[in-house]
Amino acid sequence: MSRRDIVARIGGAAGDGVSSTAESLAKIFARSGLNTWTYSSYQSVIRGGHVWTQVRGGLDPVLSQGVDPDIVMCLNQQTMDVHQGDVVEGGAIVYDLDGTKPDPKKLRKNVRLIGIPLRKKAQTLSANALMRNTVALGAVVRLFDLDFRHVESAFRDIWGDKKPEIVEQNIQAAKLGAAGVDEAGGSLKYGLAYTNQAKYLMTGNEALCLGALAAGVKFLAQYPMTPASSILHWMAVHGPAHGVVVKQVEDELAAMNMTVGAGFAGVRAMTATSGGGFSLMVEAIGQAGMTETPLVAVLVQRSGPSTGLPTKTEQGDLNLALGAGQGDWPRAILAPRNPEECFSLTAQAFNLAEIYQTPIIVISDLYLGEGYRTVDKLDFNVPIVRGMMAADGGISKEFRRYLITESGVSPRAIPGTKGFQHVAATDEHMESSELISDVLAGLPEHVEERRKMHEKRMRKLVGLRKDTPRPELWGPRNADLTLILWGSTWGPAHEAILHVDESDGVKVNSLEFPTVLATSPGSSLA
Amino acid sequence: MKLEFEMDTYKSEIKPTWCPGCGDFAVLRALQTAIHALQLEPWNVVIVSGIGCSSNLPHFLSTYGFHAIHGRALPVAEGVKLANPELQVIVTGGDGDGYGIGVGHFIHAMRRNIDITYLVMNNQIYGLTTGQASPTSEKGMKTKSTPIAGVIENPVDPISLALASGATYVARGFSGDVKGMSELVKNGITHHGFSLIDCMSPCVTYNKVNTYDFFRERVYDLAKEGHDPSDMKAAFAKAIEWPFVQRDRIPLGLFYRTEDVPTYEDLEPALKKGPPVHQPLGVTDADALLDEFL
Ligand SMILES: Cc1ncc(C[n+]2csc(CCOP(=O)(O)OP(=O)(O)O)c2C)c(N)n1
Ligand code: SF4
Repeated sequence: MSRRDIVARIGGAAGDGVSSTAESLAKIFARSGLNTWTYSSYQSVIRGGHVWTQVRGGLDPVLSQGVDPDIVMCLNQQTMDVHQGDVVEGGAIVYDLDGTKPDPKKLRKNVRLIGIPLRKKAQTLSANALMRNTVALGAVVRLFDLDFRHVESAFRDIWGDKKPEIVEQNIQAAKLGAAGVDEAGGSLKYGLAYTNQAKYLMTGNEALCLGALAAGVKFLAQYPMTPASSILHWMAVHGPAHGVVVKQVEDELAAMNMTVGAGFAGVRAMTATSGGGFSLMVEAIGQAGMTETPLVAVLVQRSGPSTGLPTKTEQGDLNLALGAGQGDWPRAILAPRNPEECFSLTAQAFNLAEIYQTPIIVISDLYLGEGYRTVDKLDFNVPIVRGMMAADGGISKEFRRYLITESGVSPRAIPGTKGFQHVAATDEHMESSELISDVLAGLPEHVEERRKMHEKRMRKLVGLRKDTPRPELWGPRNADLTLILWGSTWGPAHEAILHVDESDGVKVNSLEFPTVLATSPGSSLA
Repeated sequence: MKLEFEMDTYKSEIKPTWCPGCGDFAVLRALQTAIHALQLEPWNVVIVSGIGCSSNLPHFLSTYGFHAIHGRALPVAEGVKLANPELQVIVTGGDGDGYGIGVGHFIHAMRRNIDITYLVMNNQIYGLTTGQASPTSEKGMKTKSTPIAGVIENPVDPISLALASGATYVARGFSGDVKGMSELVKNGITHHGFSLIDCMSPCVTYNKVNTYDFFRERVYDLAKEGHDPSDMKAAFAKAIEWPFVQRDRIPLGLFYRTEDVPTYEDLEPALKKGPPVHQPLGVTDADALLDEFL
């Protein structure tokens, strides 16, 4: 029986070029027409340590990076020591003959040892030792019978037209690796029928940026923090051409407060961070809730508590998002499960933020944010709904910014609009935005006013609940077991559900929450 | 010539809630006088403040306002300005707000030279929270939070800090001289870049040391003593006179000004297209964007 999917694992020390080699391989998979999924295990050092990336490609949709690899590419001895035992029966290990040694006792049956003098071969072409990765990559491509065209195009993407000689050298290096495989008995002969119809390949963070652009984001302020930094990096390159002001600012307090200011001034504004930064944003996001200022806050989780494990994924910050800020204010938390939803839910978040004039949180994590996945073509024709603007009604006389309404939403006016001047206030205020906290708080009627104002704001939850994606049940209706999940665990959970059904006949389904709402008393999920 | 906007046009219906005699009344008047003199359209002015007695100021004017959280007025204002650089953005607040909890933003806003005017009502005490020490309280001052030995920290000097951080218009006013202050504010607003006007604004309720009389006995006008505000070295020398060198003479007026430094907005690539708030939403070249991922 021929195989339907393939898995490669590339390991080495930080600084060995593991992640760029893995990115090239993922690109080659995607251009071969495979559904592709990557997972990177890395750490917070720039050199040394042990890092590895697993790349999986399948003719059918893939839902995780898979388990045991068909091929391990060892760029150092530690990779051999740690991973050689994981290679599946009939798989292969590609390693540098000089300095790396497999331990045959640790291998499964029929694992082929493809020892190639990687460094020496690379040095026949250039003094650049990094090309030894390219030699090894060529070996992997040959073992899987992938088309060499995609190797060439991947290199051209990296070095471009500016350095044709480097592209050429790398192509030669890859060919040396392929030749090494041919000398050692040829490919694995898995027999996958590659379509060679290229698929889009991107990370969740990139898809999220695209969704924000599609929705018309015009402002992003951020402070670097793994695994949210790639949002800042991507937007810094692409944002300005689309009129987006992209700023690295002094800290996350500034990032959130600037986003509030930009939202107040009438642009679609966003900030992004991980848990530590989000913790710093807590007071300011509550300010947006109180002043009824639209904004989108992206929380890409990593493992906590505190600095935690910056390079490992975790879904530990839901409470942080749900509970952010003193008191209570209406919010919706959108939890994309895959890059397509990173795109669509982020675009939707901007509409919700403006329709309901409140912060909308998009919660993601390292696994989804940084992992590469193939996606269908994204449709940039997203609806854009900007919500109720006072100027549309035309009447500015006695404009009340915080008018109490049934929906909880009051007409909004942005600075520059003649006749609708008002002060957005973080103190509790009346419809006119005059403060209750100041001289009025002692008067009983104003205490009543506060209650009405709070209830007005919280009524937005009714609309938010209506306008946000509902929980979904996936799998058989009458299951023995139901998994309750949100966010990136979607893929591996689906794969596990399919697997136990096939292998053990156990019926499992999953109840999935693309939206996590702060509910008010008396509300239910249904 | 008849002016389009009367002085009263800039007043809101809300009466200031400050203690009678509070220095902040003078700052409000100076600001109102300045925007009246400049005939700014109230709907194109945004006044952002933090939290404190002084930070209530935006409510008393008829412009747009954002009464933010404690210490964060500057970043909110920077967001407003970057979203719509056509707006006249003015920030008001206290010394605790700007030089204490918000001091990090203060430094970074100045090094950006973003075109914002910042008025600090510096009363050297925390007013709203009923009289604790502030970052500008003089050494030795007894307050609610320093009742035994008085303040044992050195004060922050906002003028030196501003000069060192890249502000391009640095001035000190005094609530005992509304006319002088409003001139400083007016020129700060028309200045192309970040302007700081540190306003000595006595808290008559909680600061019994730095009173109107304390200042009246000590202040002098920099311009009258021939200070050259284009000379940064001279500006530093004047800045450290008080509170670091002595406390008998306190300079007022313009310490430093330069128009030679481009503003943040001048340098920001995204603003080349015009104010973001007026730009169309969405993407016209989706395929070009997506091709990068193929
Ligand atoms: C995060 C936070 N911490 C503390 C406070 C309490 N607080 C309100 S105003 C203030 C200081 C006021 O002093 P200043 O900024 O100098 O203004 P003034 O009242 O003197 O005008 C403090 C500490 C708060 N509102 N928020
Ligand atoms: S407490 Fe001080 S600062 Fe506050 S209003 Fe009264 S006099 Fe002004």
